[in-house]
Amino acid sequence: MTEITMKASDNLNIVIVGHVDHGKSTLLGRLYADTGSLPDGKIEKVQAICRQQGKEFEYAFLFDAFLEEQEQGITIDTARTFFAWKGRQYIIIDAPGHKEFLKNMISGAARAEGALLLIDALEGVKEQSKKHGYLLSLLGVRQFAVVVNKMDLVGYRQDVFDGIEKEYREFLGQFKAVPQQIIPVSAKLGDNIANRSEQMLWYKGPTVLDSLGAFKKEPGRSEQPLRMPVQDVYKFDARRIIAGRVTAGRVKVGDSLVFSPSNKRATVKSIEAFNVEPLPVEGHAGQTVGITLDEQIFVERGEVASHQEQLPLVSTAFRANVFWLGRKPLERGRRYQLRVATKEVDCEVAAIHRIIDTMDLAQQQGSNVVNRNQVAELTIRAKVPVAFDLSVSFEATGRFVLVDEYDIAGGGIVTELVHDDQEFLREEARQRDFAWVKGEVGVEDRAQQYGHRAAIVLVTGGRHAGKSFLAKKIEARLVADGRHAYLLDGGNLRRGLDADLSEGERGQAAEMARRYGEVARLLVDTGLIVISTTNPFGLAYSEAAQAIRTLVHPVPVIAIHMSKAPEEAPPNTDIVLSGPTDFDEATRQILEELKRRGVLAQAIGAKPTFQYSI
Amino acid sequence: MQHLRQLEDQSVYILREAYKHFDNLAMLWSMGKDSTVLLWLARKAFFGHVPFPLLHVDTSFKIPAMIEYRDRVAREWGLQLVVGQNKEALAAGMNSSMGRVTCCTALKTNGLKQLIEQKGYTGIILGVRADEEGTRAKERYFSPRDKHGDWDFRDQPPELWDQFKTTFPPGTHIRIHPLLDWTEINIWEYIKAENIPFIDLYLDKGEGTRYRSLGCAPCTTPIQSTAKSVDDIINELRHTTTAERSGRAQDEGRGMELLRKDGYM
Ligand SMILES: Nc1nc2c(ncn2[C@@H]2O[C@H](COP(=O)(O)OP(=O)(O)O)[C@@H](O)[C@H]2O)c(=O)[nH]1
Ligand SMILES: [Mg+2]
Repeated sequence: MTEITMKASDNLNIVIVGHVDHGKSTLLGRLYADTGSLPDGKIEKVQAICRQQGKEFEYAFLFDAFLEEQEQGITIDTARTFFAWKGRQYIIIDAPGHKEFLKNMISGAARAEGALLLIDALEGVKEQSKKHGYLLSLLGVRQFAVVVNKMDLVGYRQDVFDGIEKEYREFLGQFKAVPQQIIPVSAKLGDNIANRSEQMLWYKGPTVLDSLGAFKKEPGRSEQPLRMPVQDVYKFDARRIIAGRVTAGRVKVGDSLVFSPSNKRATVKSIEAFNVEPLPVEGHAGQTVGITLDEQIFVERGEVASHQEQLPLVSTAFRANVFWLGRKPLERGRRYQLRVATKEVDCEVAAIHRIIDTMDLAQQQGSNVVNRNQVAELTIRAKVPVAFDLSVSFEATGRFVLVDEYDIAGGGIVTELVHDDQEFLREEARQRDFAWVKGEVGVEDRAQQYGHRAAIVLVTGGRHAGKSFLAKKIEARLVADGRHAYLLDGGNLRRGLDADLSEGERGQAAEMARRYGEVARLLVDTGLIVISTTNPFGLAYSEAAQAIRTLVHPVPVIAIHMSKAPEEAPPNTDIVLSGPTDFDEATRQILEELKRRGVLAQAIGAKPTFQYSI
Repeated sequence: MQHLRQLEDQSVYILREAYKHFDNLAMLWSMGKDSTVLLWLARKAFFGHVPFPLLHVDTSFKIPAMIEYRDRVAREWGLQLVVGQNKEALAAGMNSSMGRVTCCTALKTNGLKQLIEQKGYTGIILGVRADEEGTRAKERYFSPRDKHGDWDFRDQPPELWDQFKTTFPPGTHIRIHPLLDWTEINIWEYIKAENIPFIDLYLDKGEGTRYRSLGCAPCTTPIQSTAKSVDDIINELRHTTTAERSGRAQDEGRGMELLRKDGYM
């Protein structure tokens, strides 16, 4: 492969934002025109269309491609435009300024690595000037220049410029954003766009074009601790490849990795690639890679690989700043899908702390809903523990989106970990798993031998609901089918393992659940399907079930709740049985669920997920 | 080189997201330079495999060399090829003399829609690039199409960071565009860097002409060019200021906006 001299050495995505009509599209057109970057005949063509429609020529028409945009003279959706200058290829995204199209502005800005924020010198700082400035910071766009446009309309006066600079810097200062530059320009007349203005000799700083050149490509994310969210696991051939994008740091052949939140560990055997000779030995931030491991551990999309010294946070809850774009307002208590990096999980908004007024950041208001285009501080609670980071430390794993029905309806950044009641047990499990001494036989080897994976079938409910009867029936059925199953009875633990405890201590459901969970953890490590009931915990079954889940994590827990009359089941219950139970039907349902969860091979849903192949 | 790898990484990420989220996924392959690069990127993403079918909407007016190339590459790379054709329209005598937009709508747009409906595809991967023309510049990576295959460009879903629209109501489908950020030069630079086999209609074979963009024979005209190698093409593109699709007839007037709104690629 011979290398030819490439003109472009890197790419940079830039977004242009600001209040409607402050001149974003004009600036873009002018930038292209003044650097000779437009195709032949493009200006003439647009001029002809304008003449035909009896309108004055506008540079903005060069990129406002939709008929409707030209008729209304506004940008509806972002356009990606391409521009090469001094060895760099830019994709410049012209974002709409109209508040109705905020979701389009945000989509444009979210992929940007640098931004130009326009303010009309005559109109001054407006509502969207502030909102966009605040959102840039929320979206993680830290490199930006403020462009004070239409200086021709204020006689190119420095005092007007200084006034806007002062006001806007003060606003930005409230959330610690600092622009690279503040540039006075006239986009329409081409002052300080590509060429230095003759009209504003008082301004000594760079032109817009120069300031683009001074923007830096990603600031050293490769030097951070490793984060690699698992995107998918492939088994197209003999290789079992874990695919993902390295979002921070580096992954190297021979590295020992920890996957969170499952706490599984393995060493990187190879980094796979197609049409690359020899194979790479390292992947760094920004790259999409595929790795193989020295051991067949079961990892899934959504887990985050890191090194053991610098783990991501794990919890079911966090506090965040969120902007909402949904058609329907965001409501406290309503279910949404949370997506953090590659993890997709149900969540609810546990609290709306305040709505942030982007016009005046000091003002706050309480509310039960967050309306479209509002920014708010929330606490989000996920159905299962999620690995994430604070956005101040890690960009990609510190942000998330919320999906309402079919649409991405909001996005946000994680500001704080919220401690949940499982924290201590989770830490116990983590430490125990890291130090766990393993034999030669791995989990996958056992699964191969047994023809199924380990799991816990957990039957919850009040007294006399038929839990023990059902548990025994499932055990018998699984064993009859040739599976390795075992009924773990709480009473047996009481008389043996817990014999050292006083009567009072035995009344403490938390410690009893911990002991029970650790025994269950041992049993599932042997590859068994453990059937258990929450009988020993009496009415504290909900808390006990939660503790057991945390301690056996990430082994699948199939939760069944039984009651005589309909009642609320503990969170994450899979099968609810209320009223008189048809035990054969219940057993059938449970076997189905075991198949669906990949514990018993077969029937894995519509699409083969290769990691389940046993 | 680095800029090509950055583009590659993003496209590969998008392809893997598409594969993860769509049960019934297919990739459109027109045998042109863009969709061939896209196909190559799929082999990159899936480590030498292409785990979904490749669709070719055959208008019957393609240049014969394209069909030969298609069948040869499909054989060599072990591709699953699905060819669709709007037979009714062809039987009724559809051709470009009935109007270019009419012909494209019948043979390409409707040909594709028929194929999607027949096979029930929920995700279609296409090699469109933002720099080709104005409406494509406004596309999302994951772009929903309604029950009629129409594109509602007035109300596109938000696309944040690496999170895309991967859930959608039944009956609708998503168009996936992994090449949006690539320019025409990037495509050729990548073909060069990866040594991707491409169809030689793109090269001048001594007559001083070559194709810059490949479509149907009646509606695509070769350009004046003496580029005989990929290097020549890259060099030529660096010095040209003519739009790529100037040899493509359907782009005239508002042709493309109207075509694309109705589901054209
Ligand atoms: N006088 C003057 N008018 C400008 C300037 N820049 C833009 N405009 C005008 O402001 C209007 C809005 O511009 P446009 O670029 O569409 O604004 P956008 O909504 O921010 O994209 C148009 O009529 C432009 O001609 C400038 O520097 N000076
Ligand atoms: Mg505009």
